[in-house]
Amino acid sequence: MNALFQYISTVFKGVGTLLTGMKITGKYVFTPWNNVTQQYPENRDTLKMFDRFRGEVIMPHNENNEHLCTGCGICELNCPNGSIEIISKMELTEEGKKKRAIDQHIYHLGMCTFCNLCIKACPTGAIVMGQNFEHAVWDRTKLTKVLNQPGSKIAQGVKE
Amino acid sequence: MGFNIYDFSGMTHNMHLWFMERMSPTATTIVEWTVIGVSYMLFVALFGLFLVYAERKVCAAFQQRLGPMRVGLWGLLQTIADFVKLLMKELIMPKSADKFLYNLAPFIVMIATFLAMAVLPFAKGLQTLDFDIGIFYVTAVSSVGVIGILLAGWSSNNKYSLIGAMRSGAQILSYELSVSLSLVTIIILAGSMQLSVIVESQRDSWFLFKGHIPSLIAFVIFLIAGTAETNRGPFDLAEAESELTAGFHTEYSGIKFAFFFLAEYINMFIVAAMATTVFLGGWMPLHFGSIESFNHVMDFIPPLVWFFMKVCGVIFLIMWFKWTFPRLRVDQILTLEWKYLLPINLVNILLMCLVVLTKFHL
Repeated sequence: MNALFQYISTVFKGVGTLLTGMKITGKYVFTPWNNVTQQYPENRDTLKMFDRFRGEVIMPHNENNEHLCTGCGICELNCPNGSIEIISKMELTEEGKKKRAIDQHIYHLGMCTFCNLCIKACPTGAIVMGQNFEHAVWDRTKLTKVLNQPGSKIAQGVKE
Repeated sequence: MGFNIYDFSGMTHNMHLWFMERMSPTATTIVEWTVIGVSYMLFVALFGLFLVYAERKVCAAFQQRLGPMRVGLWGLLQTIADFVKLLMKELIMPKSADKFLYNLAPFIVMIATFLAMAVLPFAKGLQTLDFDIGIFYVTAVSSVGVIGILLAGWSSNNKYSLIGAMRSGAQILSYELSVSLSLVTIIILAGSMQLSVIVESQRDSWFLFKGHIPSLIAFVIFLIAGTAETNRGPFDLAEAESELTAGFHTEYSGIKFAFFFLAEYINMFIVAAMATTVFLGGWMPLHFGSIESFNHVMDFIPPLVWFFMKVCGVIFLIMWFKWTFPRLRVDQILTLEWKYLLPINLVNILLMCLVVLTKFHL
């Protein structure tokens, strides 16, 4: 008799779990406004990528054409596949001391795996991940970018 | 030729007379056969395409996607484009395949599908064959398809195909039992196996409501077993993509693959149509006891529309199963059938007998 009750309860429990599953998928099907598909080329103008999206490494500059990069080369050391090359130069400060500064922050987009290690390692927060993902170009050399803008210099008060 | 959207029997009768006036009886028979055959083929092709489109859209909705959107408005022409592509593809046959059986198999599957469709009552007077053993005929004929599947698996000379075909055979043979027994439950209630009589006796209320709990259980069992019989949904281990590449139709390409594909979808339509006819009142409008105005409004909707509305509802339910539940293992499938569905079904038949004996359903 006990076995019979167990059998019947198994059936009801099974039907119950099946209905739970159907309730979840049913919620999906009857709320089509929650769909995740992006109609990409059509919604290009309104498309906003999510905050944590890793499109490319960029170096933000302020309105005075100043960035936060000290040229320390930690990002270059941290890059697992050598997509970053740092060319630094020596500059004289106002006190007449020699100081290292960035000359060219070269970023090979074609080799980058978007692992985010350079951004994590940067001590001054000079580089961040950008949102642009339309990287297709006709020439491979165009994938090599110089991140610091020409004529830019380091912002005041950035310490190494 | 009078055309009445609520009753097609006059129209077909007039068509018959019109042919008889102009031709000999033999020629009339041949012409009528041709007309019926062509209309069935057209229906299978068009409704198959619609079902494939609907499946892709419904699947997308369940996975919070949009589905095909590019070819035509809302992707409506997508399946037509796919079908044209399939027609143009090369037919490749494995070198060591059994040539004759390999070519025969898709046609057996298709023929079984067409045979089963012959007795479906689409609307009043819109039924090709009206046997007194209609339900028996459908269950008998729809299980012929498994021969085609077994032949396809065997003749392809491919181990995946063979395993898929064998699984399919074991599954269909087991679940045929549940389908038949759940239909027997309703035959007890209806007192007839003729589909037109079954539909006619659901004029006041559908068998799903008339038979109380036993017919509800029978309906659920019919849906589960019917899904299993069409090799769909959680029971698609005969063509399990992740284990067997595509099961019995691995080696088929082009139009022969399209035959298997189309037959699978039309079989789903047949299961839904049988569920509609036997449990949901066929082409009968929805009637509620004594609410006269409501019943009158429902009568305005043509029976053909009613039939397809119900069928599409059941098809949506079957798709809901497919896109919700994970695939069962072979042993789980056989356990479900022999340890659960079959005993429940037998007890359910007893319950239905009690209902009928006590005249509880009247």
